[in-house]
Amino acid sequence: MSHDQIHPAPRNPLTRYIFSTDHKVIGVQFLFSGLIFMLLGGLMAMAIRWQLGWPWKPMPILAKWLWSAPNLGGQMPPEFYNKLVTMHATIMIFFVIIPILTGAFGNYLIPLMIGARDMAFPKLNMFSYWIMWPGFAFLIWSFYVEGGSSEAGWTGYPPLSTMKWASPGSLNGQTLWLLALLCAGISSLSGSINYITTIVMLRAPGMKMLRMPMTVWALFITALLQAFALPVLTSGLLMQTLDRVAGTNFFSPVGGSVGNAPGVVGGGAPLLFQHLFWFYSHPAVYVMILPAMGIASDVISTFSRKPLFGYKPMVIAMGSIAGLGFIVWGHHMFQSGMNPALAATFTVSTMMIALPSAIKVFNWIGTMWGGRVQFTTAMLHAMAFVSMFIIGGLSGIFMAATPVDVHIHDTYFIVGHIHYVLFGGSMFAIFAATYYWFPKIFGRMMNERIGWIHFGLTFVFMTGTFFFMHVVGWHGHMRRIPDPTVYKFLSEPGVVWMNQFMSVCAFGLGIVQVLFVGNFFYSLVLGPVAGPNPWKANSLEWTTSSPPPHYNFETLPQVFHPPYEFSLPGSEDDYLPQTSPLPPNITLDPIMA
Amino acid sequence: MRYWSLIFALAALFGVGAFAYAPFSADWWLPNPADSPGRAVSTSGREIDALFLIILWLTSAVFVGTQAALVWAQYRYADRLDAEGKPARPARYFHGSQRLEVVWTIIPAAILVFLALYQMETWANIKFRSAAPKTPPLAEVTGRQFQWVIKYPGPDGKLNTPDDLFTVNDLHLVKDKTALIHLKAADVIHSFFLPQMRIKQDAVPGMTIPVWFDCDRAGRYELACAELCGWGHYKMRGDVVVHETEAEFQAWQTAKLTEQGRSRLEPKGDDAEGGKP
Ligand code: HEM
Ligand SMILES: [Cu+2]
Ligand SMILES: [Cu+2]
Repeated sequence: MSHDQIHPAPRNPLTRYIFSTDHKVIGVQFLFSGLIFMLLGGLMAMAIRWQLGWPWKPMPILAKWLWSAPNLGGQMPPEFYNKLVTMHATIMIFFVIIPILTGAFGNYLIPLMIGARDMAFPKLNMFSYWIMWPGFAFLIWSFYVEGGSSEAGWTGYPPLSTMKWASPGSLNGQTLWLLALLCAGISSLSGSINYITTIVMLRAPGMKMLRMPMTVWALFITALLQAFALPVLTSGLLMQTLDRVAGTNFFSPVGGSVGNAPGVVGGGAPLLFQHLFWFYSHPAVYVMILPAMGIASDVISTFSRKPLFGYKPMVIAMGSIAGLGFIVWGHHMFQSGMNPALAATFTVSTMMIALPSAIKVFNWIGTMWGGRVQFTTAMLHAMAFVSMFIIGGLSGIFMAATPVDVHIHDTYFIVGHIHYVLFGGSMFAIFAATYYWFPKIFGRMMNERIGWIHFGLTFVFMTGTFFFMHVVGWHGHMRRIPDPTVYKFLSEPGVVWMNQFMSVCAFGLGIVQVLFVGNFFYSLVLGPVAGPNPWKANSLEWTTSSPPPHYNFETLPQVFHPPYEFSLPGSEDDYLPQTSPLPPNITLDPIMA
Repeated sequence: MRYWSLIFALAALFGVGAFAYAPFSADWWLPNPADSPGRAVSTSGREIDALFLIILWLTSAVFVGTQAALVWAQYRYADRLDAEGKPARPARYFHGSQRLEVVWTIIPAAILVFLALYQMETWANIKFRSAAPKTPPLAEVTGRQFQWVIKYPGPDGKLNTPDDLFTVNDLHLVKDKTALIHLKAADVIHSFFLPQMRIKQDAVPGMTIPVWFDCDRAGRYELACAELCGWGHYKMRGDVVVHETEAEFQAWQTAKLTEQGRSRLEPKGDDAEGGKP
């Protein structure tokens, strides 16, 4: 397929910056909306920690804005706490991490890294961004309807979520929550179709699949995951919507009722929703980590000035994570009442999925081994990704062992695991990617010194915030409870101290992000001009100007070799762009040939 | 620059330190009696704790190994410039090693498969219905917003007869005797969680799920709800009282029945006390 014409950028600012079909503009739009929602989700997290550190302590100033129960004297109502945990997770997962990794970086990078002028379906791409907006609107609106926003957890299990009187949030907020998720799902689905097609069809001459950067591989596999798993979540969400608004009974048992309300006809099964939900949402956790792994691979190789260790094993590992990802969903349901014999098989597949993760960790360290490690802010975040992901992967093994999961399921141990993979993993990768590609996207360098301070403080506070979650978790601290001190075993001084320590660190973690935001906007305007290839990296996006022109490349690049040819012995520079032919008398490592 | 590796080393040390301290403090460790934090009170608890420890040792070894390698790579291979501003040392050029890939695939795979198979028996003992004790149930426990309604068979040993005893958030059992519970939910999903006995099972509307456990130490424990079930989820707490002897349990039951205004029914001959295994 030839795609060789150059189109000039549209002149009309409306089609140029807002309703744009340019993958770069759409990527930036996803980035900015994601960052705004990250702010909202982060503030919610701090409110959660306020309540957990000092249960029922009146919240100064904010209280009268946040909940309409003035008679409580500033105390947080428990249902509001449930709204906070629900919406914090919903926002961070579906409106921050997935849109930033796939929507922002996926959109921005895929065409540039494979040498295409744009996505295969630019209008579908524009649609994938704008369909997020009804989602945003439903989400915000849900706070203002009677009963307030959803409070059934980000997992939205029925019957809590389907029976209107089960909790205030199930009155109206849950329907809006479902609609918001459906919009986010449609966005991801149309995005993933676009990414798959673009990567399969629009690679530049010479860009064989096995010459693609790991970021592209990761986004490709992620898109396949989304395309095959999302329809199942979508049907689950639609069934729940129908249960709520059309009186169907997919998930209501016979005669189910809440309080003194009359029973429903029923005949459905609450566990069915859990199967449908996790059949998507387990692959979804890999949607949140595979792009992060790809980003970390590229950043670590560039700043070790050394080829990526084990390119093919890394690709195979990602493929097997994706494949196995479809047969492990039951590990979220070990204690759900699902047949325990079935759980035994899910254990084996879950244990096996830790294997490719381990292989990747070894390969990242192998990449640094013998290199010339440069401690740029992007590299620091990528190394923190490795360090933190190790912890998240190892805690996964505890939960994969079903008997241990009996004890730690639905406790803070799980919350610790989630945050080591999602904050330590996905978020650190998002930071790494931002520091790494900011010069390409905006044409200016970010301030490294502020970046270092931001990194150091984030790393320290992140450890302080999330590490003890494992400890209180194996001590039995349930998740999603606003007041642990109801229980004697959670009122012990050690537990109370750890809860307060985590809260203080969480506030610190939130506050130091000001440095990131400040650095971002300061550099946007005043950062030194970057030039096309400030990091001396090899992949195609660095061969065009920063920011790239509307059509990305003056002439479509010709690709000669994989993107990791750093420090080639005998070559003058310590890097060799994918578009530069091999210097004479130099041969590639046979592994890569 | 290479001193950035220190911050990574310190974070890892912090983790190791916290884990090393935890077993020596009852507040920080698995929920066990304060005077013997190393010892769980139930059979499944002891099996789970043993497994937990095996995994903790294995993962700690991997944790220390990988973090040390990462920190060493940062420190040893940090880029340094010579007097002319050129790299003091070139990076080595290689793309990987098939042999290493095979080694670090096979070893973790073996460990993981071992763990998966090794833990199966404990799981079967705790959850497989075929492993359930063949005794009449101690009680039927129903989770509802926001309390645990507990129904004991009463003196006749049979559920759903007029002498059944009802309590709310008050579960009584006898030391060293396996208690079998029929777990139900009346409205939404709850989760029956006995932290000290390491038992957790979701209660699902429309299902009756058998749950069994024992306790070798008389005393008071706590019953928690572990599944978000609405605004009052956090306070869906129950007491668990483990009686020293069967007689003590019976005395409690009789007193409770009287208190509720129902006299103890005459036991029918074949259902007399001895009938219970
Ligand atoms: C190394 C491989 C991993 C293993 C063996 C593993 C295992 C598990 C298991 C068994 C659970 C269920 C625990 C329970 O609820 O009782 C779980 C929960 C979870 N995992 Fe992982 N995991 C791994 C990697 C990841 C990664 C890479 C991510 C995301 C980036 C992730 C995100 C999550 C989340 C979000 C949950 C909790 C969902 C919830 O209940 O709210 N995990 N994991
Ligand atoms: Cu999972
Ligand atoms: Cu509950």
